[in-house]
Amino acid sequence: MSKVVVVTSGKGGVGKTTSTAALGAALAQTGQNVVVVDFDVGLRNLDLVMGAERRVVYDLINVVQGDAKLAQALIRDKRLETLSLLPASQTRDKDNLTAEGVAKVMGELRKKFDWIICDSPAGIERGATLAMRHADVAVVVTNPEVSSVRDSDRIIGLLDSKTEIAERGGTMEKHLLLTRYDPNRADRGDMLKVDDVLEILSIPLIGIIPESMEVLRASNLGTPVTLSDASCAPAKAYSDAARRLMGETIPMAVPTDRKGLFGKLFGRRAA
Amino acid sequence: MTESLKSPTPIRLRGRSFLAIVLSPELPFSNWLAGLDDLARRSTGFFLGRPIVLDVAGLDLSREALEGLIEELQARNVRIMGIEGARASLLGPGMPPEMRGGRPAGDIEPAEDQAPTEAAAKPPAAAPAAVAAASPASVPQVTTVVPPSPASLLIETPVRSGQSIVFPEGDVTVLGSVASGAEIIAGGSIHIYGALRGRVMAGSVGNPDARIFCRKLEAELLAIDGLYKMADDMDPQLRGQPVQVWLDGDAIKATTLN
Repeated sequence: MSKVVVVTSGKGGVGKTTSTAALGAALAQTGQNVVVVDFDVGLRNLDLVMGAERRVVYDLINVVQGDAKLAQALIRDKRLETLSLLPASQTRDKDNLTAEGVAKVMGELRKKFDWIICDSPAGIERGATLAMRHADVAVVVTNPEVSSVRDSDRIIGLLDSKTEIAERGGTMEKHLLLTRYDPNRADRGDMLKVDDVLEILSIPLIGIIPESMEVLRASNLGTPVTLSDASCAPAKAYSDAARRLMGETIPMAVPTDRKGLFGKLFGRRAA
Repeated sequence: MTESLKSPTPIRLRGRSFLAIVLSPELPFSNWLAGLDDLARRSTGFFLGRPIVLDVAGLDLSREALEGLIEELQARNVRIMGIEGARASLLGPGMPPEMRGGRPAGDIEPAEDQAPTEAAAKPPAAAPAAVAAASPASVPQVTTVVPPSPASLLIETPVRSGQSIVFPEGDVTVLGSVASGAEIIAGGSIHIYGALRGRVMAGSVGNPDARIFCRKLEAELLAIDGLYKMADDMDPQLRGQPVQVWLDGDAIKATTLN
């Protein structure tokens, strides 16, 4: 039984694309067949984060419009053969996505893969609503700050009204992924705490990703962080989140990189 | 501790609902306008003095076509107060404003004009229907079927940012929280069993006895019967507390619940 997951947030720059790539790679590492789909038509980034930007020939729009077959547009990852990418078009815009075309592509992907992870664009317009439309599960990516939390709240409202599941009278399964979390700054009151965010959004937490240089470095190298250095704190947090998505119960912790004595002594000044 | 949240110059913002007739034109317009002319012939003055909204949802229209349609309707003395279901690009200066959020309110049946001989035969004072038929400016009888509605609305989920709950018929109870950027407008009282972070307007149809209750007050705006208070005007001691808000004359009062 395949599952369609939408990674969404409302606000831009909170880590949707990074999280899509990291969760997709972590799921694929467990042997599941995974495809990550970029819905950000016109501003595609997932190909860069996946390190596949030079291998894009056909894209989602070509498949939606019938110019290419799905198999021609899918890009198999070179590191993990269970991981594939369906890139977005950079030259078109989101008006080229049609509800019927996206439904058809989703139907075909469901036959081929166990997990279909859709990277939603920011905003609440066409691209974002079509990305969430056919999903079974939503991962709401939120930073611990007020504007991101309010935008996520808006998106949760849309997930409960504008999706196929909602229109059939059901409720979509929703999970909160808190990214760029810095426990020191949250303690000092510079950031919202985990409990504050959970209290406002009232959906279950699937993971806390610590703020880390590793994430940026992995993105620039074109490697999902879960593949670049599986032992670093954000990679472990994403792997745990992926296992929770598969239904496992893992105790929630705020992962931190282990620091030496000097790190402990000077950690606060560096932050 | 009863805090008077008195405002020096209260401005009342009240809601009021009117029943508008919705015209849904169909393509081609020439056929539809012919049908409209036929209706107008059978029921003289039906459109006079009534609020009329044009519903163009689902029509593939150019701006010129819409302007042309509005002119055709104006030539028939049908004045459009608003347009529903139009893309923003279709509307511009000089066009009726966009309307949204309408709720269906049953069918309106135009009263048929009585046959002229019949109307002439009866003395005008004896039959009200004949009076209506004789003077086109008076409004013909309409029959509206409004479904009976419950006087309270229960919402079991949190009200999310951007959502708007409008319930002029009575009380609204929310079991979850009301998020920042969400709003609730109720004809009666409003009860929030979670945190109230959005905007709530109780007694919106002119009910000064309506109250607002919440478990945790962090509201952006509170209003009862059109008198409102912004977050900055509220007593900071009430923030985060379970609070009850009511109206005492022209002053909004608030107190903690425990």
